[in-house]
Amino acid sequence: MNALFFNMTLAIYFAATIAYLAYLVKPREVLGKVSCCILSAGFVAHCAYTVDRYLEAGHTPITNLHESLSFFSLAIVGIYILFERKYRIFILGSFVTPVAFLLMAASTGFPSAIMPLNPALKSKWLMVHTVMAFLSYAAFAVAFGAAIMYLIQQHFLKSKKLGPMYQKLPSLDILDEINYRCLTIGFPLLTFAIISGAIWAESAWGTYWSWDPKETWSLITWFVYAALLHGRLTTGWRGKKAAILAIVGFFVLLFTFLGVNLFLSGLHSYK
Amino acid sequence: MTTSNRGFLETLWDFFCSLKLAISLLILLAATSIIGTIIPQGTPPPEYLQTISAGKYKFYQALGFFDMYHSWWFILLLYLFTVNIVACSIKRLPRVWKAISEPTLVMDDKFEKTLSLTHDFRMDGDAAALRDKMVAFLKGAFAEPVVTERDGEFHLFAQKSPYSRLGVYVVHLSIIVIFIGALIGSFFGYKAYVEIAEGTSTSVVHNRADMKPIDLGFTVRCDKFTVSFYDTGAPKEFKSLLTVIDGGKVVFDKRPVIVNDPLTYKGITFYQASYRPAEDAGLYHFTVRERKGGAPVKISIQQGERKLLSDGSTMQVLESSQEVSKFIPQFQGPAARIEVTPKGGGAPQVFIVFQNYPEFDAQRGGDLIFSYDGSEEKMFTGLQVAKDPGVWVVWAGCFLMVAGCCMAFFMSHRRVWIRVRKGEVTLGGSANKNQPGFQLAFDALVDKLKQQ
Repeated sequence: MNALFFNMTLAIYFAATIAYLAYLVKPREVLGKVSCCILSAGFVAHCAYTVDRYLEAGHTPITNLHESLSFFSLAIVGIYILFERKYRIFILGSFVTPVAFLLMAASTGFPSAIMPLNPALKSKWLMVHTVMAFLSYAAFAVAFGAAIMYLIQQHFLKSKKLGPMYQKLPSLDILDEINYRCLTIGFPLLTFAIISGAIWAESAWGTYWSWDPKETWSLITWFVYAALLHGRLTTGWRGKKAAILAIVGFFVLLFTFLGVNLFLSGLHSYK
Repeated sequence: MTTSNRGFLETLWDFFCSLKLAISLLILLAATSIIGTIIPQGTPPPEYLQTISAGKYKFYQALGFFDMYHSWWFILLLYLFTVNIVACSIKRLPRVWKAISEPTLVMDDKFEKTLSLTHDFRMDGDAAALRDKMVAFLKGAFAEPVVTERDGEFHLFAQKSPYSRLGVYVVHLSIIVIFIGALIGSFFGYKAYVEIAEGTSTSVVHNRADMKPIDLGFTVRCDKFTVSFYDTGAPKEFKSLLTVIDGGKVVFDKRPVIVNDPLTYKGITFYQASYRPAEDAGLYHFTVRERKGGAPVKISIQQGERKLLSDGSTMQVLESSQEVSKFIPQFQGPAARIEVTPKGGGAPQVFIVFQNYPEFDAQRGGDLIFSYDGSEEKMFTGLQVAKDPGVWVVWAGCFLMVAGCCMAFFMSHRRVWIRVRKGEVTLGGSANKNQPGFQLAFDALVDKLKQQ
């Protein structure tokens, strides 16, 4: 049952990616709506998979890389659907949906068996901490997509090649605004994730902060996005600079999520 | 004070107030923090030290890279960061406070031009009647307005969540509160470690930083330690039963301490951290009967102990295993190798007895027949012991940070003005954050007014 939901999600996300890429080539309103419907169906299947796994495992299914990648993908799709409803920009999906699909595909590369919880993870904070963290990651991922679109669009404007691609992409102002909105969602969520992690660490390891690589890298991510938020207060940092920093921030975040688990050893190495 | 002195102080103040410093410090803190995640912290393992040259080692040592987060320059960065936060807040807070406490009550033509959201209506009726209508409208649709009369015009002003403007400063304050909590912890607290064998107690723990003993002022006894495993072999639960005795009184009696559920007494908290089997502290159980008959005798013997048996011979345990098939594939289960020395000396006999095969020793043909009833392995529980009087200050700071973030990111100060002239009503609005969101609300307000 669980595997069925998973494969269904993977297949629908693949279809959604194709549809959104088709929309990128031929931006017809109908195609955009169809893409959105496919993605929404995938989201429902993905939710079913996650809930089913929660019930089967008896704990929040974010305890190893397979589950984390899948949940990251789910959170990205969820946040993206919210943004699409608000801004009605289907083309953002052409940049975000492939990421969600690739994350889901990547999760198949890791053992998917439901493992019993190790003693440190047996805590009511598991759900709060991980869900907050991945929702913030997802918001930053959407900011990353918007930032890339910003740079592409700006490139067209600068080179004065106002071709068909230019007309498909939303205006710089809107992209900058989406970027900023994502930050104002992702940053507080990241803050809450770090704080809930500190409370959990205090009860599990006897200290709310131990400069464990995961802790440190999430703080580094927090510093980078805090710098970006403060930079935006000065006019010079909006637009291009903000887009570049949002991209840098996302790479730092990817390292916090994956790099720390794969390359550095510490208390958080759940593989 | 000379002018150049004044100039210097002002420059210094401006330096600490600047947004540029804040951004630079955030990026510096982010960049330098990476070092400690790459170079092992604390005492680096010898294998690591072999991979770096002597010169590099000296360099790292001099810059405090092996305890980077407590090095003078990292602490200095954190202090600069704190001063920066305080200075920025002191500089900007009065202006923000003024925006909250002395709002612009009147929307004149000049002010109207600064607003991005405005709407004009033609309405019948004299100014006073329109004013009453608008007051009722704002009260119902937005918030209770303040009315100001000027030059025969009426100005209505209403606002929502003005205090959300303080959110940023609440977050700034929370960072300082957390720092204070961390400082209190580092000056008045400690992180220590203790290993207690089952059945024994201690009142002294060892500081992790300098290994110096710390007297707890009470006694902690480990009554039992158990570890359970899943079918996969992965650990499921580590549990110590701890008894705390203070001044001869039992304060906690066999309180279970597991990971994620520590025990706290007098501000000192005990966390389940590790365990290990005690090497020589095991207790072995045997049943011995004489071949010529008689009741079997149960014997318990510790490792290294020599015990006198009923016929005057002595026995001791040489070694044991929980799973003997590793050594003797034909047999399974626990086994012990014992040595029996006859009365008055003589050549000792060494043989193995198996728990799963109680009649096996009868085949040996000795006067005494031994059977093995298993062993109780004694365990050491490893407890992390922490005293941190600053932790509640840190939690208070965290609470402030969550509250401040909610104010700063999820709320905005929304303001609506209405100017009433004879036959004309002008609506203006502004929000300090999330303009697009406010625009929707403003448009809804305009639509509602149109229907009236």
